[in-house]
Amino acid sequence: MPAKTHVTTTINGEQVDFLCEPRQSLLECLRDVIGLTGTKEGCNDGNCGACTVNMDGRIVTSCLVLGVEAEGANIETIEGVADGSNLHPLQLAFLENAALQCGICTPGFILSSKALLEQNPNPTEHEIRFWLANNLCRCTGYDKIVRAVQDAAKRMQEA
Amino acid sequence: MKWIDYENAKTVDEAVKILSQSGGKARPMAGGTDLIVQLRVKDPRVDADVVVNVKDIPELNELSYSTTKGLTIGAAVPCHKIYNDSNVITHYPALIDSASLIGGTQIQGRASLGGNLCNAAPSGDSIPNLVAHNGVATLAGPNGTREVAVEDVCTGPRQTCIGKDEILVSINLPNPGEGFGANYIRFIPRNEMDIAVVGAGVSVNISGGKFTAAKVSLASVAPTPISVPNAISALVGESVGDGPIQNAANAAKEAAKPISDMRGTAEYRKHLCEVLTRRALNTAVERAQGGK
Repeated sequence: MPAKTHVTTTINGEQVDFLCEPRQSLLECLRDVIGLTGTKEGCNDGNCGACTVNMDGRIVTSCLVLGVEAEGANIETIEGVADGSNLHPLQLAFLENAALQCGICTPGFILSSKALLEQNPNPTEHEIRFWLANNLCRCTGYDKIVRAVQDAAKRMQEA
Repeated sequence: MKWIDYENAKTVDEAVKILSQSGGKARPMAGGTDLIVQLRVKDPRVDADVVVNVKDIPELNELSYSTTKGLTIGAAVPCHKIYNDSNVITHYPALIDSASLIGGTQIQGRASLGGNLCNAAPSGDSIPNLVAHNGVATLAGPNGTREVAVEDVCTGPRQTCIGKDEILVSINLPNPGEGFGANYIRFIPRNEMDIAVVGAGVSVNISGGKFTAAKVSLASVAPTPISVPNAISALVGESVGDGPIQNAANAAKEAAKPISDMRGTAEYRKHLCEVLTRRALNTAVERAQGGK
C-alpha cells in the first residue's frame, strides 16, 4: 500500500495534523480519521449538502473535497459553531422553531445558513431558499428551516 | 474508490509534465465536483491513477479584463468568483446566468467554468453561454500552447479535443463591444439544482436597429452542446423584431437532434428549443438595448 499523506490544516481555529490516503474525501477524513462526526454523510455525491463545511470562507460539500486539499486550509465544522456551551443564534433558532426532526441534515443547514447570514444579514425568503438549495431535508418540508433562518437573522441583528 | 495518487502542480509546465509522464492515466482537477464523483462511483467513468490539482497554478486562477483582450477566465476560477467579479458584472453580465445556476451554493464554491467545459456533458450549462460569448480556449501541452474555439472543444458526450497530456489554461471572451447582449436560460422541472432538459445560450450585436452579429447555442439536444448556424443567418442583417427572432427559434428547433430519456422526450425537447431560443433572444435584445 502506498504511503499516506501528512496534512496540516486548521479546523475550528485549532491546528490539526492527520494522515490520509489521497483518495479519501475531506468528509471521510473529518469523520473517520479525525473523529469529528458532527459532519454527516448523505448522498456522498454533492447533492444533499449534509456534509457541508466552511473551507476558507466558502461553504463546500466535504464529500467533493479530497482530504489532501485541506493542507493549509481553514475549515469550520458544526463542532465549531457554538461558543462553548452557548449555542449560536442559528442553533437556538433551529431548536425553538422546530426546524429539524431527524437532524441528519441540520449540521449542513447550520453551516450553510451561517455563511449566508455572514454575507447577507437580512436575506429575503427567496434568497434563503436559493442559497439553501444545495441542502436537502426530507422531514421538515423546509418552511420551518426558512423561518428559523429568518428568526436567527433577526436575533443576530438585535444582538 | 480505488487508490489514486495526488499531485499538486504549481506551474502549467509541471502539470503538463505530470500528465505527459502518466501514460494518459492522470487527470487535472480544479473544483473536482464532477471528477471526484466520476472516480468514486462503483463503475468509475474515469480511468485515472493520478489526480493533478491545478488550483495552485497562477494562470488558472486569472480573472482579468481589458478592453483589448476582453475577459480572461482561468480554467480553475470557481463560479462564485465569476458572479462576484466587478468586470463580469459590468461587461459580461450574461455570464452570470450560467455561473449562478450550476449546482447550488456549495458547488459554486468549487466548480469552475473551465471544468464544466472539460467535463463536456451535453448538458453543460456554461458551454452554450461561452459559445455565445465567442469564447476561445487556451490549451497547454508538451509542444506549447494552442487556441481552440469553445464551440469546437467538445467532440462527444464527455469527450473533448483536449489531449490527455494537455490542460485547459484559460478561456478568453473577446470584448463584445457596443450593442451586445447575451442570455443563457434552461428548462428544468425544479427551480434549481437540476440538469437542463434543454439549455439555450444566445447573443446578439445590434447596431442601427439591425442585428450585426449573433450566436445561438443549445445544450442537452445532441451528443455535445451545438451551435446553430441557421439561427445566426436568420438574424444577421435583419431589423430587430419578432420575425427574425421567431425564424431563429424555428431554426434552433430544426437543428436540435435530441434523444428521449427520463428528463424529456425528443419531441418535447425540440419544442423547448424553439421556446427557450425565442425567450433568450428577447432577453439578449433587451440587454443589448441597455436593459439589465
